[in-house]
Amino acid sequence: MRAAPRRGDGQLAVRYVDEYRDEQAGARLVAALRERVSRRWTVMEICGGQTHTILKAGLLDLLPPEIALVHGPGCPVCVTPVELIDAAVGIAEQQGAIFCSFGDMLRVPGSQCSLLEAKARGADVRVVYSPLDALKLARANPTREVIFFAVGFETTAPAAAMAVWQAAREGLSNFSVLVAHVLVPPAIEAILSSPDGRIQGLLAPGHVCTVTGYQPYEELARRHRVPIVVTGFEPLDILQGLLMLVNQLEKGRAEVENQYRRSVRREGNRAAQQLMDEVFERVDRQWRGLGLIPLSGLRLRARYGAFDALGRFRAARTATAESCECMAGLILQGLKKPSECPAFGTRCTPESPLGAPMVSSEGACAAYYLYSRRRWPSEQL
Amino acid sequence: MCLAVPGRIVSIQEEADDALRTAVVDFAGVRRQVSLAFTPEARPGDYVMVHVGFAISVVDENEAERIFQELARLGACEPRQEEATDNSP
Amino acid sequence: MSSFELSCPVSLPAEDRILLAHGGGGKLMHQLLERFFLPAFGNPRLEARHDGALIEVNGVRLAFTTDSYVVRPLFFPGGSIGDLAVNGTVNDLAMCGARPLYLSAGFILEEGLALDTLRRVIEAMRAAAERAGVELVTGDTKVVERGHGDGVYINTAGIGVVEASGEIGPGRVEPADAVLLSGDLGAHGVAVLSVREGLEFQAPILSDTAPLWGPVAALLASGVQVHCLRDLTRGGLASALNEVAGARGLAVRIEEAAIPVAEAVKGACEILGLDPLYVANEGRFVAFVPGNQAERALEALRSHPMSAGAVRIGSVLEESAPLVLLRSRMGGQRVVDMLSGEQLPRIC
Repeated sequence: MRAAPRRGDGQLAVRYVDEYRDEQAGARLVAALRERVSRRWTVMEICGGQTHTILKAGLLDLLPPEIALVHGPGCPVCVTPVELIDAAVGIAEQQGAIFCSFGDMLRVPGSQCSLLEAKARGADVRVVYSPLDALKLARANPTREVIFFAVGFETTAPAAAMAVWQAAREGLSNFSVLVAHVLVPPAIEAILSSPDGRIQGLLAPGHVCTVTGYQPYEELARRHRVPIVVTGFEPLDILQGLLMLVNQLEKGRAEVENQYRRSVRREGNRAAQQLMDEVFERVDRQWRGLGLIPLSGLRLRARYGAFDALGRFRAARTATAESCECMAGLILQGLKKPSECPAFGTRCTPESPLGAPMVSSEGACAAYYLYSRRRWPSEQL
Repeated sequence: MCLAVPGRIVSIQEEADDALRTAVVDFAGVRRQVSLAFTPEARPGDYVMVHVGFAISVVDENEAERIFQELARLGACEPRQEEATDNSP
Repeated sequence: MSSFELSCPVSLPAEDRILLAHGGGGKLMHQLLERFFLPAFGNPRLEARHDGALIEVNGVRLAFTTDSYVVRPLFFPGGSIGDLAVNGTVNDLAMCGARPLYLSAGFILEEGLALDTLRRVIEAMRAAAERAGVELVTGDTKVVERGHGDGVYINTAGIGVVEASGEIGPGRVEPADAVLLSGDLGAHGVAVLSVREGLEFQAPILSDTAPLWGPVAALLASGVQVHCLRDLTRGGLASALNEVAGARGLAVRIEEAAIPVAEAVKGACEILGLDPLYVANEGRFVAFVPGNQAERALEALRSHPMSAGAVRIGSVLEESAPLVLLRSRMGGQRVVDMLSGEQLPRIC
């Protein structure tokens, strides 16, 4: 084992974090990228967490201009359908309910309001860091209904599955889950199948693949002839993942490679997969901004149906209004840039978002809003 | 998608049922209880990736080391094409 | 081939209620100021929106400020609401270049509050006032019904005498000014969260709440031209810098590698999904001084225990844009925006 690393400024590094933020190593990767790339490539990073790192570390400045990086739909905040937000609000407003959610979801606008606004009006909405926190609340408050908003991709679904599984074992009668999980491979299939598609390579989400393995992506790569690199979340991970992707593109290869080998194995995490399969089954799901993607969502299996919040609460559902200015769909597919939306930065800002990609700090629109403002007047995007 | 953070297992609380096994994990001096339900192979001293209170993988130290060896090679000469690495048996 | 139907969200109706985020020190709070408070009370001093008001009475320059304290939990590692109530107001005066002298304190107590809790809060205030060299000279107490307060709310107002010879405020910031930070970030926010979230630490993180007149006096005494001072509170370093950049209309650039954050604070922020730049502090400030006086200023700051960890984190740029830019460790640049509302922990 290597000795505990030190950062450039001499400070003791945070293991497995700081090493992947090393500037000199990053510079070498960037130099290699610039040297390797010979023409324009359009690549998409799937995961919102990767978008976040790219923006936070200012990586867009460093990449060669030939690489067009498109931010994909890998943000549960952005893609959770409006109906589920409305259901969440409806349930949260029930007398005596304790509605538990990850922080990410609180500001997302439903058709009437967000969970944060429901909280302002008196609903008991609580931020939790784990589904097990919601379970603890249920045990501690036996006379109140506790509902957990199960949002997220395959990374998070096993944790929600465990909460349901434990609740079933304990015979808890006051706990339920509003399931909004979505799956990545069907979304990639939909994006790559789109007739207007321009995506030539993909950075696959490293933590989703930690759970699912990358086997499900091999067929996608082969059928669509698109290279896919499973990538981590630190700046060096992203840069190395891009280098591996560019290497494949320049050589005309279309395979799945694994950059995030310290966490991802081809078969993934079997224990997590087994529990997901025990508790959930696949179902068609609406992706906000993308529409219906077949078999891209999860719901509780019948034997766990008692824990389904949608069944337990007849939450009023309002029809989603059809037309509006938000062009989230085109943006999430990478067909338009946020700056091409007429509402961008004027009627739609992080304080008053029209759509989900402006709400989430790693949504494409919020990202562009921050990034584009640094361009001085002569360089407006 | 998701924030998973690496931490070091300080101690493990064994349970009769593996699904309820937990660990105290240290993240740069902050300690939290983490479920090991999905990482039955984890041992004290291991680093794990933690997401929403669950360890989802044990960090493979050898693989972590390899990125630095590859980076060192990068600096020394012409960037070499990375071979597709496949950990499957 | 699949086809897509756009399913779009509908725009939010304008908010008609106060959200918790309005108190977060970010954009929403500033919007509240602009929509309601400034139009009603508008006068040049209020519009200067500095930490305290500068007034002159019979030739004596005074600083006058007020702040309210609503922290929950009331007690946390390293301090309590009592410490904050004294230090917060003392620091607002110090940021005006004024020696803090007298405080008032108004208490709003919730029916049912344990008298022992009140005693502990008052004792903490007494000790903090002594440490800060101020006297509590007038006060008031009210009680509200059970369920209408978090136990204790405190408002303190403070008066100090201005000792800085020149004016100190965002208006005096100039291109090429150095941006100095008095110490490491995030300890207060994490200390408070550690109680709320049940975090454990190998070595407990203590709130950094502290009276800052000492370091400010040392800085003024060094003869350095101090252009602007701003203490970091809610909204953290990012908000403080955005306020100054916004008020002055000049861009500020900071270096990520230069910003000190204690390991355990970093660790806590990583696992909670928070960015240290936005986490609350209660005993840290930034100072804007001419670039060529930065070394002298740092020497003066480091000579005082409350700012022993002072470092230079960046510079004011020539560009007339009210932005804060950050050069990351990786060498890329990004805008550090003001928070929209409260910082919410993220899992994604």
